[in-house]
Amino acid sequence: MTTTATRESFGKALLELGHRNPDIVVVGGDLNISTFAHLFAKEFPNRFFDLGPAEQNMMSIAAGLAASGKIPFVSTFAVFGTARPYDQIRVNIAQMKSNVKIVCTHAGLLTGEDGISAQSIEDIALMCALPGFNVVVPSDGPETESVVKLAAEISGPFYIRLSRPATDVIHQTPTNFVLGKAEELRSGSDLSIIACGIMVSASLKAATELAKEGIQATVINMSTLQPLDEKAVLSALDTGAIVTAEEHYIHGGLGSLIAQSAARQGAVPIEMVATTRYAESGKPDELLTKYGLSSSDIVDAAKRVVGRKRD
Amino acid sequence: MTIVRRQALLTNNLSNGLSKDEVVALKRVAQRIRRNLLVTVAEAGSGHSGGSLSETDILTTLYYSILTHDPQNPSLPSRDRFILSKAHACPALYTVLADRGYFPMSDLSSFRKIDSHLQGHTRIGTPGVEMSGGSLGMGLSFGIGIALAARVDSKNHNTYVLLGDGECDEGQIWEAAMAASHYKLDTITAIVDRNGIQNDRFTSEVMELEPLAQKWRAFGWRVLTVNGHSVPALYKAFVQAKQTKGQPTVIIAKTIKGKGVSFMENNPGFHGKAPSWGELAIALAELGAKPEGKDSAWKADMLTMGYSPERISSISNAIVQMKVSQT
Ligand SMILES: Cc1ncc(C[n+]2csc(CCOP(=O)(O)OP(=O)(O)O)c2C)c(N)n1
Ligand SMILES: [Mg+2]
Repeated sequence: MTTTATRESFGKALLELGHRNPDIVVVGGDLNISTFAHLFAKEFPNRFFDLGPAEQNMMSIAAGLAASGKIPFVSTFAVFGTARPYDQIRVNIAQMKSNVKIVCTHAGLLTGEDGISAQSIEDIALMCALPGFNVVVPSDGPETESVVKLAAEISGPFYIRLSRPATDVIHQTPTNFVLGKAEELRSGSDLSIIACGIMVSASLKAATELAKEGIQATVINMSTLQPLDEKAVLSALDTGAIVTAEEHYIHGGLGSLIAQSAARQGAVPIEMVATTRYAESGKPDELLTKYGLSSSDIVDAAKRVVGRKRD
Repeated sequence: MTIVRRQALLTNNLSNGLSKDEVVALKRVAQRIRRNLLVTVAEAGSGHSGGSLSETDILTTLYYSILTHDPQNPSLPSRDRFILSKAHACPALYTVLADRGYFPMSDLSSFRKIDSHLQGHTRIGTPGVEMSGGSLGMGLSFGIGIALAARVDSKNHNTYVLLGDGECDEGQIWEAAMAASHYKLDTITAIVDRNGIQNDRFTSEVMELEPLAQKWRAFGWRVLTVNGHSVPALYKAFVQAKQTKGQPTVIIAKTIKGKGVSFMENNPGFHGKAPSWGELAIALAELGAKPEGKDSAWKADMLTMGYSPERISSISNAIVQMKVSQT
């Protein structure tokens, strides 16, 4: 499988947007090489503002830019772009419905060796707690590109969550991302695995393993977490069991959102693959394994949930 | 619903300064705003009186003589922007906006009530309101965003941001202060309403701000310190700010919290408190309201704001009683 870093796809898409639309501006916080916003900065220095690591200032400034008709992309790491300036995001962006796109890289455990202060496992919960905020966790590079370009065209706030390392490419052709629409990548009748971000690839691997043992799984890429594709959840209920998989804390993320939607629309056993605690420094793969986010964890969860179904 | 459209008091070339008549007229407007904002807060039964009274002369000077704006077209692209970062002090802003004709005076009586566009802290949607606020510290950054956008578009409108002194405890203010001077945003003018009081107590007790001017200067700003209740001084400072090139300007406006009402002045207790109807009558009298004659225009204002003749005459009677008991 080929790999690519979603943050790099973002940087390239942003550069392309910059050429296409003079209203695109970029706001960064001293991490612009890491977020790939430097590609835009180099080409459009007059439309790029580096505010240093001063994220509260950054978010309110972005809202001010949006109030004057600009389309600001704010880019930093996930911990610094959500938790630190949360009230600024809440009042100046969410409550004002500002046309600001927050694109954060280095989300989740994949941030690895930097340790728990840098590993954002709460950001999905935070951002989905903001009414009207579009929250998207792309599954790979090609989808990221599509999401970033679409976000520039849809008026209103976006949070787009990306990773540091290169991750599996699961879309071989350019994707046509539709906000609020889940993507079925594989179909099976025994259970549905609903995943987002890097866990989509892990889910596909898990489904292949499960098939060897005669368990057929549907795999859904739920890249939009808000607004949630409730219809996709409804059809997942038809398989009689659900596993959710996300690189995030178990509370308030994809699993919580799916469980909430499933409970409203029916009732099936659900198992959740997510982290249940803060991790530590380590290599991304080591962390995913130690903290229960590998494809074998999805396989185990699938077996458990199918077992509960038979009870 | 009547929209009272009160016009700007001057159209002139700024360097001439204000004439004596213009100063007198602006002072009269400010007294009217003070009265009407207190009526508004009294009717709501809650709201921020002290910080509204301290900023009234600043708002009046801006909205009646400095800002380029059009109350009939609040989203005029070339307008100067005014951002009330200390958004709790919105009663004064709402009253000024209504006075200038952004929306009907009668809307003021819906302040803080269900279904009203006049929220307890500013929220966009109210004509003339540029930013949703309520959490202190955000307005200067927001203003920088507006100023940067103007620079990208080669536009030259000015952005004014009113900060509270207590608000300057917020770290974000200083992030913004650094950024504004880094970008040499000479189209930004910040005003600090230096009334010396924050929510609970005096600023010197809660968190010492002095030397405040030196702090701003160290952050790269031009600093002008003025009497925040002197219309000519404010006017002159705004003109100087406008003429300053290559750096942002901050006007430290020395004010009295609760200005104009004896029992509110310099009283931390009236930061977030509404006057009772009885207190309102005393306040209005102190702000020049007379039961009749040429100083009874407050009655017409209250009628325009939709108050009943009974309510108005009970206040008027209370003012008569005060006069009697004084003599
Ligand atoms: C972030 C934040 N923290 C706390 C408050 C509560 N609060 C409202 S007003 C105020 C004091 C503000 O004092 P100052 O800026 O001096 O206002 P003024 O005297 O002009 O009314 C506080 C602490 C708030 N609105 N926002
Ligand atoms: Mg104060």
